[in-house]
Amino acid sequence: MSVRIERVELPGIGTRHDVLTDSGRRVGVVSYRTGERDLALFDIDDPDAASDTVTLTDDEADALANVLGASVMIGQLTGIREAAGLYTEQLVLPATSPFAGGVLGDTKARTRTRTSIVAIIRKAEVIPSPTPQTDLQAGDTVIAVGTRPGLDSLAKLLTHGAG
Amino acid sequence: MSQSTLLLVEVGVLLLALGLLSRLANRFGISAIPLFLVAGLAFGHGGALPLSASEEFFHTGSEIGVILLLLLLGLEYTAGELVQSLSRSRMAGLLDACLNALPGAAFALLLGWGPVAAVALAGVTWVSSSGVIAGMLRDLGRLGNRETPTILSVLVIEDLAMAFYLPVLAAVVVGAGLVQGLTTLVIAAAAVVAILYLALRHGRVVSSLFSASHPESLLLGVLGLTILVAGLAQQVNVSAAVGAFLVGIALSGQVAHAAEELLTPLRDLFAAIFFVFFGLATDPADILPVLVPAAVLAVASIATKVLTGYLAAKRAGMGIPGRWRTGLALTPRGEFSIVIAGLAVGAGVEPQLAPLATAYVLITVVAGPLLSRIPDSQWFRAAVRRRGDALRAAAR
Repeated sequence: MSVRIERVELPGIGTRHDVLTDSGRRVGVVSYRTGERDLALFDIDDPDAASDTVTLTDDEADALANVLGASVMIGQLTGIREAAGLYTEQLVLPATSPFAGGVLGDTKARTRTRTSIVAIIRKAEVIPSPTPQTDLQAGDTVIAVGTRPGLDSLAKLLTHGAG
Repeated sequence: MSQSTLLLVEVGVLLLALGLLSRLANRFGISAIPLFLVAGLAFGHGGALPLSASEEFFHTGSEIGVILLLLLLGLEYTAGELVQSLSRSRMAGLLDACLNALPGAAFALLLGWGPVAAVALAGVTWVSSSGVIAGMLRDLGRLGNRETPTILSVLVIEDLAMAFYLPVLAAVVVGAGLVQGLTTLVIAAAAVVAILYLALRHGRVVSSLFSASHPESLLLGVLGLTILVAGLAQQVNVSAAVGAFLVGIALSGQVAHAAEELLTPLRDLFAAIFFVFFGLATDPADILPVLVPAAVLAVASIATKVLTGYLAAKRAGMGIPGRWRTGLALTPRGEFSIVIAGLAVGAGVEPQLAPLATAYVLITVVAGPLLSRIPDSQWFRAAVRRRGDALRAAAR
């Protein structure tokens, strides 16, 4: 599971960290002393050259890190399924949902459907382990773990409300 | 018009012209140094619009310009980076010195200029322009590239080597004997080692003289300390520039960072004045006769720089395209070559050295960035892709 990260000093400029992937590609982050940063993708034919560099603002870098973190979490949750007959699903809360604008506790999802909501993704932000007091907004992606029938009834619950 | 009125008018006109030239250079994505040199030629002795009242001002300004150029260079590097580059790339630095200083020295001897001019011209062809190259790597989006640390290390070593070279040159041009030359070299070496040690072990000592959060005192204090040390260094023949460089290295952390931000605009002003003054002091009519020798020297020393970079990148384990990028990126010469030539000419060594250095820097600083773009061209990329495809096909 260990990933190779190379750290290189760039005298007068800052540092560069490279991640070497299993598939032989290289992704780098150039961190300037001034606090700015670039994401660099390396050329497949010329692995020493950054074929593209993207400058990221603080917010953009933060958002990208969150998206990557969330996708890793979803991937790991998906891994449980074979073992226990559990499934992970991402459900989008529609604007018409009776719960949009309320809090998570309103849904009573755990009691009603025996599923567990493990995270909420709002735009680029990830809210891990939400509590009953966490608010829900239209467009939120709800990540839930449960049995197949449980998740089906959760989808129905979130769209139409209890009833 | 009174003398002081004339001074204001001349300085104003020249700075305004430099501002417009700098904007023009930026529009075309090139360094402003060649344009500043040309502006100096136009306003100088034998130029189109000779200045009369402000020469003294530009002379003093240019000395401050050299000091600020070196101070900012020192501030840019931390002592740790210098030591690390030195331990990792000293072979590349040695190779660089041999391959690029020797052509300059040989050339001066061929022209019959004598050994003192040979030492000066060796320096002119040796040192690449770290300012031009760092800006260029940023513009070309190559800061993330794997060969970039190799390029930067070569530049760092060259800049550090100047701390030893300039005192030697300063001693040689004033006609000092072997003993005095060695003495200044020993003083310089001891100063460099002492400053590096101080900066590495007790980095806060010098910096604690200043407060990073009070801009006015920081600006005046750092500038004062630098000019004082530069003057003292000059007094013992170690060259003012080296003194300024060492002050830059001795400052560290928050103070260095804040001082860098404060002094950069000042550096831009006085460095521009320095380049203009060098042009001012050169008669454009002298350039024509040395144009061919300068072109020959430029071609030869561009070739040796490419070879230097190619070999340095090879040692660092880069692929063939990366080696070419390293070599071509190192070709521009700039501020240091002018500093060296200025030092030599100021002491009365070979009058033709100034026009030759001007023409030489004009050629390399324009040609270098153009050459560096070759690896980004369509045909170069197509060749790299074909090679990649062939390698993958062979592996299958």
